[in-house]
Amino acid sequence: MNSYDLQGVDVTIHQVKKKYDKREVLKGLDLQIKEGEFVAIVGKSGCGKSTLLRLVAGLENMNDGSIKLDGTPLNGLNKQARMMFQDGRLLPWKRVMDNVCLGLSSDAKNRAMQAITQVGLKERIHDYPSKLSGGQKQRVALARALVHDPSLLLLDEPLGALDALTRLEMQRLIESLWLERKFTSILVTHDVEEAVAISDRVILIEDGKVTLNQPIHLTRPRQRTNPAFSMYVEEILARIMNRKSKKNYSMLVNTEMESLFDPVNN
Amino acid sequence: MSWSGAIPERILPAPSQIIQAGIDLTITGELSEHMGISLWRALVGFLIGGIAGFVFGLLNGVFRFADLIFDTSIQMLRNIPHLALIPLVIMWFGIGESSKVFLVALGVLFPVYINTYHGIKSIDKKLIEMGKAYGLNGKELFFQIILPGAMSSILVGIRFSLGVMWLTLIVAETISAQSGIGYMAMNAREFMQMDVIVLSIIIYALFGKISDMIARYFEGKLLKWNN
Ligand SMILES: Nc1ncnc2c1ncn2[C@@H]1O[C@H](COP(=O)(O)OP(=O)(O)OP(=O)(O)O)[C@@H](O)[C@H]1O
Ligand SMILES: [Mg+2]
Repeated sequence: MNSYDLQGVDVTIHQVKKKYDKREVLKGLDLQIKEGEFVAIVGKSGCGKSTLLRLVAGLENMNDGSIKLDGTPLNGLNKQARMMFQDGRLLPWKRVMDNVCLGLSSDAKNRAMQAITQVGLKERIHDYPSKLSGGQKQRVALARALVHDPSLLLLDEPLGALDALTRLEMQRLIESLWLERKFTSILVTHDVEEAVAISDRVILIEDGKVTLNQPIHLTRPRQRTNPAFSMYVEEILARIMNRKSKKNYSMLVNTEMESLFDPVNN
Repeated sequence: MSWSGAIPERILPAPSQIIQAGIDLTITGELSEHMGISLWRALVGFLIGGIAGFVFGLLNGVFRFADLIFDTSIQMLRNIPHLALIPLVIMWFGIGESSKVFLVALGVLFPVYINTYHGIKSIDKKLIEMGKAYGLNGKELFFQIILPGAMSSILVGIRFSLGVMWLTLIVAETISAQSGIGYMAMNAREFMQMDVIVLSIIIYALFGKISDMIARYFEGKLLKWNN
Protein backbone atom coordinates (compact mmCIF):
# COMPACT_ATOMS: atom_id res chain seq x y z
CA MET A 1 0.00 0.00 0.00
CA ASN A 2 1.35 3.32 -1.02
CA SER A 3 0.03 6.19 1.05
CA TYR A 4 0.88 8.62 -1.72
CA ASP A 5 -1.50 7.31 -4.33
CA LEU A 6 -2.96 10.80 -4.40
CA GLN A 7 -2.47 12.30 -7.81
CA GLY A 8 -1.47 15.71 -8.97
CA VAL A 9 -3.98 18.28 -10.02
CA ASP A 10 -4.56 19.87 -13.40
CA VAL A 11 -4.07 23.65 -13.30
CA THR A 12 -5.54 25.97 -15.90
CA ILE A 13 -4.64 29.63 -15.65
CA HIS A 14 -6.69 31.71 -18.03
CA GLN A 15 -6.23 35.39 -18.82
CA VAL A 16 -5.20 36.22 -15.27
CA LYS A 17 -4.73 39.89 -14.51
CA LYS A 18 -3.36 41.34 -11.31
CA LYS A 19 -2.90 44.99 -10.44
CA TYR A 20 -1.25 46.59 -7.43
CA ASP A 21 -2.59 50.10 -7.17
CA LYS A 22 -2.35 51.29 -10.77
CA ARG A 23 0.52 49.06 -11.83
CA GLU A 24 -0.52 45.97 -13.76
CA VAL A 25 1.80 43.08 -12.86
CA LEU A 26 0.07 40.23 -14.68
CA LYS A 27 -1.55 41.25 -17.95
CA GLY A 28 -3.71 38.36 -19.03
CA LEU A 29 -1.48 35.40 -18.32
CA ASP A 30 -2.32 31.97 -19.75
CA LEU A 31 -0.76 28.76 -18.55
CA GLN A 32 -1.90 25.18 -18.67
CA ILE A 33 -0.29 22.58 -16.43
CA LYS A 34 -1.08 18.90 -16.65
CA GLU A 35 -1.51 16.81 -13.53
CA GLY A 36 1.78 15.53 -12.22
CA GLU A 37 3.76 17.90 -14.40
CA PHE A 38 6.78 19.79 -13.10
CA VAL A 39 6.87 23.32 -14.45
CA ALA A 40 9.64 25.83 -13.79
CA ILE A 41 9.01 29.56 -14.07
CA VAL A 42 11.82 31.97 -14.81
CA GLY A 43 11.81 35.68 -15.44
CA LYS A 44 13.42 38.90 -14.38
CA SER A 45 13.09 40.11 -10.83
CA GLY A 46 9.77 41.84 -10.29
CA CYS A 47 8.06 40.29 -13.30
CA GLY A 48 5.34 38.77 -11.14
CA LYS A 49 6.47 35.20 -10.48
CA SER A 50 5.71 35.28 -6.76
CA THR A 51 2.48 37.10 -7.49
CA LEU A 52 1.40 34.29 -9.78
CA LEU A 53 2.20 31.66 -7.15
CA ARG A 54 0.27 33.58 -4.49
CA LEU A 55 -2.72 33.74 -6.83
CA VAL A 56 -2.53 30.00 -7.48
CA ALA A 57 -2.25 29.41 -3.72
CA GLY A 58 -5.39 31.50 -3.25
CA LEU A 59 -3.60 33.91 -0.93
CA GLU A 60 -4.64 36.88 -3.04
CA ASN A 61 -7.47 37.73 -5.37
CA MET A 62 -6.92 38.39 -9.04
CA ASN A 63 -8.49 41.33 -10.83
CA ASP A 64 -9.58 39.33 -13.83
CA GLY A 65 -9.35 35.88 -15.37
CA SER A 66 -9.67 32.48 -13.78
CA ILE A 67 -7.65 29.67 -12.23
CA LYS A 68 -9.14 26.21 -12.45
CA LEU A 69 -8.07 23.09 -10.58
CA ASP A 70 -9.19 19.95 -12.37
CA GLY A 71 -11.78 22.16 -14.02
CA THR A 72 -13.13 23.67 -10.80
CA PRO A 73 -12.60 27.42 -10.44
CA LEU A 74 -10.42 28.33 -7.49
CA ASN A 75 -12.28 30.31 -4.88
CA GLY A 76 -10.46 31.44 -1.75
CA LEU A 77 -7.60 29.47 -0.28
CA ASN A 78 -6.27 26.64 -2.44
CA LYS A 79 -6.50 23.70 -0.07
CA GLN A 80 -4.85 21.26 -2.46
CA ALA A 81 -1.74 23.38 -2.67
CA ARG A 82 1.17 23.84 -0.32
CA MET A 83 3.78 26.52 -0.72
CA MET A 84 7.47 26.62 0.07
CA PHE A 85 9.02 30.05 0.38
CA GLN A 86 12.49 31.38 -0.37
CA ASP A 87 12.95 32.50 3.22
CA GLY A 88 11.67 29.24 4.67
CA ARG A 89 9.25 30.95 7.02
CA LEU A 90 9.66 28.44 9.78
CA LEU A 91 8.25 29.57 13.10
CA PRO A 92 11.33 30.28 15.23
CA TRP A 93 9.48 29.49 18.46
CA LYS A 94 8.50 25.99 17.36
CA ARG A 95 10.76 22.97 17.29
CA VAL A 96 11.29 21.11 14.03
CA MET A 97 8.56 18.59 14.85
CA ASP A 98 6.01 21.28 15.75
CA ASN A 99 6.86 23.30 12.66
CA VAL A 100 6.12 20.30 10.49
CA CYS A 101 2.90 19.65 12.44
CA LEU A 102 1.63 23.16 11.70
CA GLY A 103 -1.99 22.96 10.57
CA LEU A 104 -2.12 19.19 11.05
CA SER A 105 -4.56 17.50 13.37
CA SER A 106 -2.94 16.32 16.59
CA ASP A 107 -3.11 12.64 15.64
CA ALA A 108 -0.84 13.16 12.64
CA LYS A 109 2.48 12.94 14.52
CA ASN A 110 3.35 9.74 12.68
CA ARG A 111 3.00 11.34 9.29
CA ALA A 112 5.08 14.32 10.42
CA MET A 113 7.78 11.93 11.60
CA GLN A 114 7.67 10.17 8.27
CA ALA A 115 8.06 13.43 6.36
CA ILE A 116 10.96 14.53 8.55
CA THR A 117 12.66 11.19 8.03
CA GLN A 118 12.25 11.55 4.27
CA VAL A 119 14.13 14.84 4.26
CA GLY A 120 16.81 13.29 6.48
CA LEU A 121 16.31 15.26 9.68
CA LYS A 122 15.10 12.56 12.03
CA GLU A 123 17.82 13.39 14.56
CA ARG A 124 16.86 17.05 14.74
CA ILE A 125 13.14 16.93 15.55
CA HIS A 126 13.63 18.57 18.95
CA ASP A 127 15.81 21.43 17.73
CA TYR A 128 14.68 24.99 17.21
CA PRO A 129 15.13 26.40 13.68
CA SER A 130 17.87 28.77 14.90
CA LYS A 131 20.03 25.70 15.48
CA LEU A 132 19.73 24.54 11.86
CA SER A 133 21.74 25.42 8.77
CA GLY A 134 20.08 27.12 5.80
CA GLY A 135 19.76 23.86 3.91
CA GLN A 136 18.35 22.05 6.91
CA LYS A 137 15.77 24.79 7.40
CA GLN A 138 14.60 24.36 3.83
CA ARG A 139 14.39 20.62 4.38
CA VAL A 140 12.07 21.27 7.29
CA ALA A 141 10.02 23.63 5.12
CA LEU A 142 9.83 20.91 2.47
CA ALA A 143 8.70 18.34 5.01
CA ARG A 144 6.12 20.78 6.33
CA ALA A 145 4.72 21.23 2.82
CA LEU A 146 4.76 17.53 1.91
CA VAL A 147 3.19 16.22 5.10
CA HIS A 148 -0.14 17.56 3.87
CA ASP A 149 0.08 15.36 0.77
CA PRO A 150 -0.56 18.32 -1.52
CA SER A 151 -1.62 17.62 -5.08
CA LEU A 152 0.07 20.88 -6.02
CA LEU A 153 3.43 21.97 -4.66
CA LEU A 154 4.32 25.63 -5.13
CA LEU A 155 8.01 26.41 -4.76
CA ASP A 156 8.95 30.09 -4.66
CA GLU A 157 12.72 30.12 -5.09
CA PRO A 158 13.13 27.70 -2.20
CA LEU A 159 16.81 27.13 -2.93
CA GLY A 160 17.82 30.68 -3.78
CA ALA A 161 19.70 31.28 -0.55
CA LEU A 162 21.60 28.01 -0.49
CA ASP A 163 25.17 27.28 -1.51
CA ALA A 164 25.80 25.40 -4.75
CA LEU A 165 26.35 21.97 -3.22
CA THR A 166 23.34 22.14 -0.94
CA ARG A 167 21.27 23.33 -3.88
CA LEU A 168 22.18 20.27 -5.92
CA GLU A 169 21.35 18.04 -3.01
CA MET A 170 17.98 19.73 -2.48
CA GLN A 171 17.16 19.60 -6.19
CA ARG A 172 17.71 15.85 -6.12
CA LEU A 173 15.59 15.50 -3.01
CA ILE A 174 12.72 17.49 -4.50
CA GLU A 175 12.97 15.58 -7.77
CA SER A 176 12.95 12.21 -6.05
CA LEU A 177 9.98 13.08 -3.85
CA TRP A 178 8.12 14.35 -6.88
CA LEU A 179 8.91 11.20 -8.88
CA GLU A 180 7.63 9.16 -5.96
CA ARG A 181 4.41 11.05 -5.37
CA LYS A 182 3.68 12.70 -8.70
CA PHE A 183 2.09 15.87 -7.39
CA THR A 184 1.92 18.79 -9.79
CA SER A 185 4.79 21.23 -9.17
CA ILE A 186 5.44 24.83 -10.00
CA LEU A 187 8.96 26.00 -9.24
CA VAL A 188 9.94 29.65 -9.46
CA THR A 189 13.67 30.07 -9.84
CA HIS A 190 16.32 32.55 -10.91
CA ASP A 191 18.57 29.74 -11.93
CA VAL A 192 17.95 28.55 -15.48
CA GLU A 193 20.20 25.55 -14.97
CA GLU A 194 18.10 24.50 -12.02
CA ALA A 195 14.97 24.91 -14.13
CA VAL A 196 16.36 22.72 -16.89
CA ALA A 197 17.68 20.15 -14.42
CA ILE A 198 14.43 19.54 -12.64
CA SER A 199 11.41 20.52 -14.73
CA ASP A 200 9.38 19.07 -17.57
CA ARG A 201 8.82 22.53 -18.96
CA VAL A 202 10.34 25.97 -18.51
CA ILE A 203 8.08 29.02 -18.64
CA LEU A 204 9.37 32.55 -19.10
CA ILE A 205 7.26 35.43 -17.85
CA GLU A 206 7.89 38.83 -19.40
CA ASP A 207 5.74 41.90 -19.29
CA GLY A 208 2.99 40.08 -17.40
CA LYS A 209 2.64 37.27 -19.91
CA VAL A 210 4.12 33.91 -20.80
CA THR A 211 6.60 34.52 -23.61
CA LEU A 212 8.39 31.19 -23.68
CA ASN A 213 7.05 27.73 -23.13
CA GLN A 214 9.90 25.31 -23.46
CA PRO A 215 9.45 21.57 -22.84
CA ILE A 216 12.64 19.86 -21.68
CA HIS A 217 12.98 16.51 -23.37
CA LEU A 218 15.82 15.07 -21.38
CA THR A 219 15.68 11.73 -19.66
CA ARG A 220 16.01 11.56 -15.88
CA PRO A 221 18.29 11.53 -14.02
CA ARG A 222 19.60 14.47 -15.99
CA GLN A 223 23.27 14.98 -16.66
CA ARG A 224 24.47 18.54 -16.64
CA THR A 225 27.41 17.47 -18.73
CA ASN A 226 25.07 16.43 -21.53
CA PRO A 227 25.55 18.89 -24.44
CA ALA A 228 21.79 19.03 -24.95
CA PHE A 229 21.44 20.18 -21.34
CA SER A 230 23.75 23.14 -21.93
CA MET A 231 21.92 23.95 -25.14
CA TYR A 232 18.62 24.27 -23.34
CA VAL A 233 20.23 26.49 -20.73
CA GLU A 234 21.95 28.63 -23.33
CA GLU A 235 18.82 29.03 -25.40
CA ILE A 236 16.58 29.97 -22.49
CA LEU A 237 19.14 32.43 -21.17
CA ALA A 238 19.38 33.96 -24.61
CA ARG A 239 15.61 34.37 -24.68
CA ILE A 240 15.62 36.03 -21.26
CA MET A 241 18.29 38.46 -22.39
CA ASN A 242 16.28 39.09 -25.57
CA ARG A 243 18.87 37.92 -28.01
CA LYS A 244 19.26 34.98 -30.31
CA SER A 245 21.66 32.28 -29.29
CA LYS A 246 24.98 33.08 -30.91
CA LYS A 247 26.25 29.57 -31.29
CA ASN A 248 24.99 27.54 -34.16
CA TYR A 249 23.57 24.31 -32.91
CA SER A 250 22.42 23.03 -36.29
CA MET A 251 25.45 20.74 -36.25
CA LEU A 252 24.07 18.99 -33.21
CA VAL A 253 21.80 16.29 -34.49
CA ASN A 254 19.71 15.42 -31.49
CA THR A 255 16.11 14.38 -31.44
CA GLU A 256 15.84 15.84 -27.99
CA MET A 257 16.27 19.26 -29.52
CA GLU A 258 13.35 19.04 -31.89
CA SER A 259 10.93 20.95 -29.79
CA LEU A 260 13.41 23.57 -28.75
CA PHE A 261 12.21 26.17 -31.19
CA ASP A 262 8.59 25.19 -31.14
CA PRO A 263 6.14 28.03 -30.86
CA VAL A 264 4.60 28.88 -27.54
CA ASN A 265 1.95 26.46 -26.28
CA ASN A 266 2.95 23.49 -28.30
CA MET B 1 32.24 52.95 58.07
CA SER B 2 29.32 53.77 60.31
CA TRP B 3 30.56 50.94 62.52
CA SER B 4 33.95 52.55 62.92
CA GLY B 5 32.36 55.90 63.58
CA ALA B 6 33.57 57.50 60.36
CA ILE B 7 29.96 58.24 59.47
CA PRO B 8 27.73 59.59 62.26
CA GLU B 9 24.72 57.40 63.07
CA ARG B 10 22.44 60.26 62.22
CA ILE B 11 23.50 60.01 58.57
CA LEU B 12 23.76 56.27 58.12
CA PRO B 13 23.22 53.62 60.79
CA ALA B 14 25.50 50.61 61.16
CA PRO B 15 24.39 47.32 59.54
CA SER B 16 23.99 45.79 62.99
CA GLN B 17 21.48 48.49 63.91
CA ILE B 18 19.52 47.88 60.73
CA ILE B 19 19.41 44.17 61.42
CA GLN B 20 18.35 44.86 64.98
CA ALA B 21 15.57 47.14 63.74
CA GLY B 22 14.46 44.38 61.39
CA ILE B 23 14.37 41.86 64.23
CA ASP B 24 12.47 44.22 66.52
CA LEU B 25 9.87 45.02 63.88
CA THR B 26 9.51 41.35 63.02
CA ILE B 27 8.83 40.50 66.64
CA THR B 28 6.13 43.16 66.96
CA GLY B 29 4.65 41.95 63.66
CA GLU B 30 4.81 45.43 62.16
CA LEU B 31 7.29 44.50 59.46
CA SER B 32 5.32 41.61 58.01
CA GLU B 33 2.15 43.66 58.14
CA HIS B 34 3.66 46.56 56.20
CA MET B 35 5.41 44.25 53.75
CA GLY B 36 2.21 42.32 53.23
CA ILE B 37 0.15 45.39 52.46
CA SER B 38 2.80 46.79 50.08
CA LEU B 39 3.05 43.48 48.22
CA TRP B 40 -0.70 43.26 48.00
CA ARG B 41 -0.96 46.76 46.50
CA ALA B 42 1.82 46.03 44.06
CA LEU B 43 0.32 42.72 42.99
CA VAL B 44 -3.27 43.89 42.59
CA GLY B 45 -2.27 47.10 40.83
CA PHE B 46 0.09 45.19 38.57
CA LEU B 47 -2.52 42.61 37.66
CA ILE B 48 -5.22 45.18 36.91
CA GLY B 49 -2.93 47.50 34.94
CA GLY B 50 -1.05 44.67 33.25
CA ILE B 51 -4.16 42.83 32.13
CA ALA B 52 -5.80 46.04 30.92
CA GLY B 53 -2.67 47.07 29.00
CA PHE B 54 -2.30 43.62 27.53
CA VAL B 55 -5.92 43.39 26.43
CA PHE B 56 -5.93 46.86 24.87
CA GLY B 57 -2.61 46.16 23.21
CA LEU B 58 -3.96 42.94 21.73
CA LEU B 59 -7.22 44.47 20.56
CA ASN B 60 -5.58 47.48 18.96
CA GLY B 61 -2.76 45.41 17.54
CA VAL B 62 -5.00 42.79 15.97
CA PHE B 63 -8.15 44.65 14.99
CA ARG B 64 -7.95 47.65 12.73
CA PHE B 65 -11.16 49.25 13.91
CA ALA B 66 -10.13 49.09 17.57
CA ASP B 67 -6.78 50.57 16.56
CA LEU B 68 -8.45 53.49 14.83
CA ILE B 69 -10.76 54.18 17.76
CA PHE B 70 -8.51 53.67 20.77
CA ASP B 71 -4.85 53.94 19.92
CA THR B 72 -4.56 57.71 19.51
CA SER B 73 -6.51 58.37 22.70
CA ILE B 74 -4.35 55.94 24.67
CA GLN B 75 -1.22 57.51 23.20
CA MET B 76 -2.48 60.92 24.32
CA LEU B 77 -3.14 59.81 27.89
CA ARG B 78 0.28 58.22 27.98
CA ASN B 79 1.89 61.64 27.86
CA ILE B 80 0.49 62.55 31.27
CA PRO B 81 2.94 61.48 34.00
CA HIS B 82 0.73 59.31 36.17
CA LEU B 83 2.38 60.54 39.38
CA ALA B 84 1.13 64.03 38.55
CA LEU B 85 -2.35 62.63 39.12
CA ILE B 86 -1.72 61.92 42.81
CA PRO B 87 -3.64 64.96 44.12
CA LEU B 88 -6.52 64.15 41.80
CA VAL B 89 -6.49 60.49 42.74
CA ILE B 90 -6.56 61.37 46.44
CA MET B 91 -9.59 63.56 45.75
CA TRP B 92 -11.30 60.70 43.94
CA PHE B 93 -10.40 57.75 46.13
CA GLY B 94 -9.23 59.28 49.41
CA ILE B 95 -6.04 57.84 50.85
CA GLY B 96 -7.45 54.31 51.11
CA GLU B 97 -6.27 51.25 49.25
CA SER B 98 -7.98 52.06 45.96
CA SER B 99 -5.90 55.18 45.36
CA LYS B 100 -2.62 53.26 45.62
CA VAL B 101 -3.86 50.36 43.53
CA PHE B 102 -5.22 52.76 40.95
CA LEU B 103 -1.91 54.62 40.61
CA VAL B 104 0.09 51.41 40.31
CA ALA B 105 -2.35 50.04 37.73
CA LEU B 106 -2.13 53.24 35.73
CA GLY B 107 1.65 53.23 35.80
CA VAL B 108 1.84 49.60 34.73
CA LEU B 109 -0.78 49.89 32.02
CA PHE B 110 1.13 52.01 29.52
CA PRO B 111 4.42 50.13 29.22
CA VAL B 112 2.53 46.86 28.87
CA TYR B 113 0.15 48.38 26.37
CA ILE B 114 2.81 49.99 24.18
CA ASN B 115 5.00 46.90 24.05
CA THR B 116 2.13 44.51 23.40
CA TYR B 117 0.83 46.77 20.66
CA HIS B 118 4.20 47.19 18.98
CA GLY B 119 5.04 43.53 19.41
CA ILE B 120 1.97 42.60 17.43
CA LYS B 121 2.40 45.35 14.84
CA SER B 122 5.96 44.32 14.13
CA ILE B 123 5.25 40.64 13.52
CA ASP B 124 6.57 39.49 10.17
CA LYS B 125 3.56 39.63 7.83
CA LYS B 126 5.12 36.84 5.82
CA LEU B 127 4.74 34.46 8.74
CA ILE B 128 1.06 35.30 8.93
CA GLU B 129 0.70 34.74 5.19
CA MET B 130 2.43 31.40 5.63
CA GLY B 131 0.06 30.49 8.44
CA LYS B 132 -2.92 31.27 6.26
CA ALA B 133 -1.45 29.25 3.41
CA TYR B 134 -1.19 26.31 5.79
CA GLY B 135 -4.86 26.60 6.64
CA LEU B 136 -4.65 28.02 10.17
CA ASN B 137 -7.88 29.60 11.36
CA GLY B 138 -8.07 32.85 13.33
CA LYS B 139 -7.60 31.25 16.73
CA GLU B 140 -4.65 29.13 15.58
CA LEU B 141 -3.06 32.12 13.87
CA PHE B 142 -3.30 34.04 17.12
CA PHE B 143 -1.95 31.39 19.46
CA GLN B 144 0.67 29.89 17.18
CA ILE B 145 1.98 32.94 15.36
CA ILE B 146 0.79 36.31 16.64
CA LEU B 147 1.14 35.78 20.40
CA PRO B 148 4.49 33.97 20.36
CA GLY B 149 5.76 36.47 17.80
CA ALA B 150 4.87 39.37 20.09
CA MET B 151 6.03 37.63 23.26
CA SER B 152 9.55 39.04 23.54
CA SER B 153 8.23 42.57 23.20
CA ILE B 154 5.44 41.91 25.71
CA LEU B 155 7.99 40.63 28.23
CA VAL B 156 10.11 43.74 27.76
CA GLY B 157 7.01 45.75 28.61
CA ILE B 158 6.34 43.66 31.69
CA ARG B 159 9.88 43.99 33.01
CA PHE B 160 9.82 47.71 32.48
CA SER B 161 6.43 48.00 34.14
CA LEU B 162 7.71 46.21 37.24
CA GLY B 163 10.13 49.08 37.76
CA VAL B 164 7.30 51.57 37.31
CA MET B 165 5.19 49.53 39.72
CA TRP B 166 7.66 49.85 42.62
CA LEU B 167 8.43 53.46 41.88
CA THR B 168 4.74 54.36 41.89
CA LEU B 169 4.17 52.45 45.07
CA ILE B 170 7.08 54.11 46.89
CA VAL B 171 5.85 57.56 45.97
CA ALA B 172 2.21 56.83 46.72
CA GLU B 173 2.94 55.18 50.05
CA THR B 174 5.31 57.94 51.09
CA ILE B 175 2.89 60.71 50.27
CA SER B 176 -0.41 59.28 51.31
CA ALA B 177 -0.70 56.10 53.26
CA GLN B 178 -1.23 54.72 56.73
CA SER B 179 0.44 51.41 56.10
CA GLY B 180 3.01 49.83 53.85
CA ILE B 181 6.78 50.07 53.62
CA GLY B 182 6.69 53.66 52.39
CA TYR B 183 4.53 54.65 55.33
CA MET B 184 6.85 52.82 57.71
CA ALA B 185 9.76 54.90 56.41
CA MET B 186 7.86 58.18 56.64
CA ASN B 187 6.68 57.32 60.10
CA ALA B 188 10.22 56.47 61.19
CA ARG B 189 11.37 59.87 59.98
CA GLU B 190 9.14 61.56 62.52
CA PHE B 191 10.82 59.61 65.29
CA MET B 192 14.29 59.97 63.78
CA GLN B 193 14.59 56.18 63.42
CA MET B 194 17.32 56.17 60.82
CA ASP B 195 17.70 52.39 60.98
CA VAL B 196 14.04 51.81 60.06
CA ILE B 197 14.30 54.22 57.13
CA VAL B 198 17.31 52.41 55.69
CA LEU B 199 15.62 49.08 56.34
CA SER B 200 12.63 50.27 54.28
CA ILE B 201 14.89 51.27 51.43
CA ILE B 202 16.62 47.89 51.50
CA ILE B 203 13.27 46.10 51.47
CA TYR B 204 12.17 48.08 48.43
CA ALA B 205 15.43 47.24 46.70
CA LEU B 206 14.94 43.56 47.52
CA PHE B 207 11.38 43.60 46.22
CA GLY B 208 12.58 45.18 42.99
CA LYS B 209 15.37 42.68 42.59
CA ILE B 210 13.17 39.67 43.30
CA SER B 211 10.42 40.75 40.93
CA ASP B 212 12.98 41.31 38.21
CA MET B 213 14.40 37.86 38.80
CA ILE B 214 10.96 36.32 38.49
CA ALA B 215 10.40 38.20 35.24
CA ARG B 216 13.77 37.05 33.93
CA TYR B 217 12.92 33.50 34.81
CA PHE B 218 9.75 33.62 32.72
CA GLU B 219 11.61 35.36 29.94
CA GLY B 220 14.11 32.52 29.85
CA LYS B 221 11.34 29.96 29.78
CA LEU B 222 9.14 31.64 27.19
CA LEU B 223 11.93 32.75 24.88
CA LYS B 224 13.93 29.55 25.02
CA TRP B 225 13.90 29.38 21.23
CA ASN B 226 15.65 32.71 20.97
CA ASN B 227 19.13 31.84 22.16
N1 LIG C 1 1.64 43.42 -1.88
C1 LIG C 1 2.10 44.18 -2.89
N2 LIG C 1 1.74 45.48 -2.97
C2 LIG C 1 2.18 46.25 -3.99
N3 LIG C 1 2.97 45.83 -4.98
C3 LIG C 1 3.36 44.55 -4.97
C4 LIG C 1 2.95 43.65 -3.93
N4 LIG C 1 3.48 42.44 -4.17
C5 LIG C 1 4.19 42.58 -5.30
N5 LIG C 1 4.12 43.82 -5.79
C6 LIG C 1 4.75 44.32 -7.02
O1 LIG C 1 4.44 43.44 -8.06
C7 LIG C 1 5.57 43.22 -8.88
C8 LIG C 1 5.84 41.74 -8.98
O2 LIG C 1 6.25 41.26 -7.72
P1 LIG C 1 6.66 39.77 -7.50
O3 LIG C 1 7.01 39.63 -6.08
O4 LIG C 1 5.59 38.87 -8.02
O5 LIG C 1 7.95 39.66 -8.41
P2 LIG C 1 8.89 38.39 -8.64
O6 LIG C 1 8.82 38.06 -10.09
O7 LIG C 1 8.56 37.32 -7.69
O8 LIG C 1 10.32 39.01 -8.34
P3 LIG C 1 11.57 38.31 -7.62
O9 LIG C 1 12.18 37.43 -8.63
O10 LIG C 1 12.46 39.46 -7.28
O11 LIG C 1 11.06 37.58 -6.41
C9 LIG C 1 6.70 44.00 -8.29
O12 LIG C 1 6.87 45.18 -9.04
C10 LIG C 1 6.25 44.33 -6.89
O13 LIG C 1 6.72 45.60 -6.50
MG1 LIG D 1 9.52 36.51 -5.96
